[in-house]
Amino acid sequence: MENNAEPNKVYSIDRSMANTSKAHIPGWGIDADPENDPTYPMKHWNGADHERLNYEKPPQQPIDMEVLHSVERPGITSVFGTSTPPSGLSGMIRRYAFKYSEATATHWMTLILADRVNVIEGYIDDLKNGHVPNPFMERGWHGEWKYNRKGFVQTVAIGAAVTASVILLLNLKNKKKVKPVA
Amino acid sequence: MLAMNFRGPYRIRADRNKPYPEIKHPYDAIVRVTRSLICGSDLHLYHGLVPDTRVGMTFGHEFTGIVEEIGSGVQKLKVGDHVLVPFNVACGTCPFCKQELYGNCHESNPEATAVGGFFGYAHTGGGYDGGQAEYVRVPYADVSPMIIPAGMDIEDAVLLTDVVPTGYQAAEMGGIRKGDTVVVFGAGPVGIMAARCAWLFGAGRVIVIDHIDYRLEFARNYSYCEAYNFKEMDDPVLFLKKQTDWFGADVCIDAVGCDASGSALQTITGKKLLLQAGAATALHWAINSVKKGGILSVVGVYGPPFNLVSIGSLMNKGITLRTNQTSVKRLLPKLIDHVMAGRLNPKGLISHRIPLEEVSDAYHIFSAKRDNCIKPLLIPPHANIA
Repeated sequence: MENNAEPNKVYSIDRSMANTSKAHIPGWGIDADPENDPTYPMKHWNGADHERLNYEKPPQQPIDMEVLHSVERPGITSVFGTSTPPSGLSGMIRRYAFKYSEATATHWMTLILADRVNVIEGYIDDLKNGHVPNPFMERGWHGEWKYNRKGFVQTVAIGAAVTASVILLLNLKNKKKVKPVA
Repeated sequence: MLAMNFRGPYRIRADRNKPYPEIKHPYDAIVRVTRSLICGSDLHLYHGLVPDTRVGMTFGHEFTGIVEEIGSGVQKLKVGDHVLVPFNVACGTCPFCKQELYGNCHESNPEATAVGGFFGYAHTGGGYDGGQAEYVRVPYADVSPMIIPAGMDIEDAVLLTDVVPTGYQAAEMGGIRKGDTVVVFGAGPVGIMAARCAWLFGAGRVIVIDHIDYRLEFARNYSYCEAYNFKEMDDPVLFLKKQTDWFGADVCIDAVGCDASGSALQTITGKKLLLQAGAATALHWAINSVKKGGILSVVGVYGPPFNLVSIGSLMNKGITLRTNQTSVKRLLPKLIDHVMAGRLNPKGLISHRIPLEEVSDAYHIFSAKRDNCIKPLLIPPHANIA
């Protein structure tokens, strides 16, 4: 069958780079390696996989706080992060999530739920500590004011208009509900 | 001390009351941060896409610093050393570390077996506070951290902790042969670096795809490549097929990950409803744009549990999928040589230098792509270098 398509004529948009010298590109081809096939160089195989978990482990970091660990491993790793141990309602949700393996959506989606609950807990903690969250600062709106002032003003104006409209509508509804006294 | 403090999606602040880190293990070091970067993958945390990101955490996995204190078992580093700290927390003795898979360490992350230990990357990354702070705890200090070579610019050094090795490994995993056409999805810092590194392996043609014009322009200049805006195309896959003589690219690199734009279906199901682990638009395009028998290298970050991509095409086309977290320690000697010889210019990626006190503005500028931001660098107070 004859092919009448003229792909090169129609679609050769910009092939200039392909056919030019690469002399201007620092180090062109310096790391080219014809042996770089799909099993190299990601791993230097030395059989250590077959040790399974019988390798020489570093000393255990003292476990002096609650550390949740994946059910897909026998215990806690030799070191671990101590950033933010589970606490409160979000901690309870996280403990539930860690009953399930990493292969389950239950594990991960429950953690996402815990994260969202944790945000509310963060607000409460802030207020308890006498800190009123400042959305202007926390959302980086100073940067928006500096680099996208027009867009920022537009966003604020739209937000204010929508809020005002909602308040107005609610007021109108409330007025209609009030029956005139005979 | 002063540290970045996560309060919820799109909400962070510079907290002056974060407790100083302590030595928790004989192999720990405490490092006073001198420079710290915000990574594109930090934006996944910032956007609330990574499970188990707890309120109060400090992000940051790209940093340099001066060793202030060492644990009783640390032998190679001493107080006063100025080090670059790879983003991987790696023990050096587990089977994975022994085989140079330092991004897959089995003794640094109790919370997820699928994920290695990473600084400042949620509890899914091990629960470590990160380097967007004045001080940071560095476990296994003798394994990954490296003293910054004499004569190396600190801004080059800090980019060697993640961006440069990740871009390089993306190209390396592509198995590029001389003359190959390489398509890189994403003109963020890693995509730009992957495009630049593709030439080191002898690529014949390098094409970058993104939708932000200023980043495409930056990629053209920095990476000597062609760069196209997918918003100007009806179908980027068809465009790339036409660009490659209806054959497909020899190698495709996904340097975007779960925060991709370009598909309403992927955006709604992945980023709005969280029914999948973010939007896999770039990965889907990459599978469809690579040639039969081609290699697809994935360094874009995706959260668990799963994504919607065309596995059928992956199988039918016989594509080799190569992917991993970067093994920074393995690549450092070679990359230091490239930087010192002038073949790579990492600090050219840095577009903004911002005090740590203004970290929330820095995140917003990077996330919203204001002021032609490519890569923001955070400078802590008292980050004076002798």
